[in-house]
Amino acid sequence: MKLFKFILVGFVFGIVLTKAEAVSWYRIYEMFQFQSFHMFGIIMVAIATGVIGIQLIKRKQLKDVEGNPIVIQDKEKGTTQYLIGGLLFGLGWAMVGSCPGPIFILLGSGFLSVGLVLFGAVFGTFLYGLIKDKLPH
Amino acid sequence: MVMEYITHTWHWAISGFLIGLIMLTLIYFGKAFGMSSNLRSLCAMTGVGKKIPFFDWDWKSQRWNLAVVFGAMIGGYVAIHFLNDASNVTLNPKTVEQLAAMNIDAPNGKVLPDALFGNQIFQSPKMILILIVGGILIGFGSRYAGGCTSGHAISGMSNLQLPSLKAVIGFFVGGLIMAHFILPLLF
Repeated sequence: MKLFKFILVGFVFGIVLTKAEAVSWYRIYEMFQFQSFHMFGIIMVAIATGVIGIQLIKRKQLKDVEGNPIVIQDKEKGTTQYLIGGLLFGLGWAMVGSCPGPIFILLGSGFLSVGLVLFGAVFGTFLYGLIKDKLPH
Repeated sequence: MVMEYITHTWHWAISGFLIGLIMLTLIYFGKAFGMSSNLRSLCAMTGVGKKIPFFDWDWKSQRWNLAVVFGAMIGGYVAIHFLNDASNVTLNPKTVEQLAAMNIDAPNGKVLPDALFGNQIFQSPKMILILIVGGILIGFGSRYAGGCTSGHAISGMSNLQLPSLKAVIGFFVGGLIMAHFILPLLF
């Protein structure tokens, strides 16, 4: 059961994001109105934890669970794709209040209507693959 | 007593710390934290890669990430059905007022507003369209930008990646435009 540990990580992720209310359309709306620190606090502490962890991994040259050196890939250089892609993503994020993780979490929680968002998200991914070569990157 | 801590809204510092740990755990497992690539896997699984090269990739090597998503769905189910409390999603009263002006119901412990996600929306072509278009923007945008909140805002920023900062700036500019200028027109 190689996959079991990933299911377990996902299980914890689903509970944390739900109890943090990061899956809530309301919290995303409140964040974009700058009417609460909650979401900003979550994102900033997550990044701070990640920065410290990744610095430790790099400086101590830690190995992963299978004993291989940990290599974290750098993101491809560029600007247009990140700004325009990011902008489109942000429009969708604030519109339906969920990003890809929460879409799956909410669907699992039993919100059938989120299935429409998932359908759209898969279709949007498909559209990108279809016209990718015609877009500025 | 302990149960009370679990069922109430988790503090942002604890939540953020745990999300950081989840990302680090996946790195320790030799993988990376990024949820939107699962959408690409779902496309590739249909066999559409024969016609569109972007989907001609080895999604089976990404099965671990689908396992994460599967676990997340169960986690969400458990949290919503067994760990909820009427005090959840206590918003800024100003936010609740603004929502009321747009005819969007207050949370009262719910994570999603009925106005957008209640089952009655299946009778409203407008609401169906809003949810699908929102989804398309999320799917298209995250693939165009090469990642979403998990891949860029958390993973990329934690690794001090300039491209991720650009993507996150895009996320927020897009989100602010939607929340301040477009949502009020839609509701």
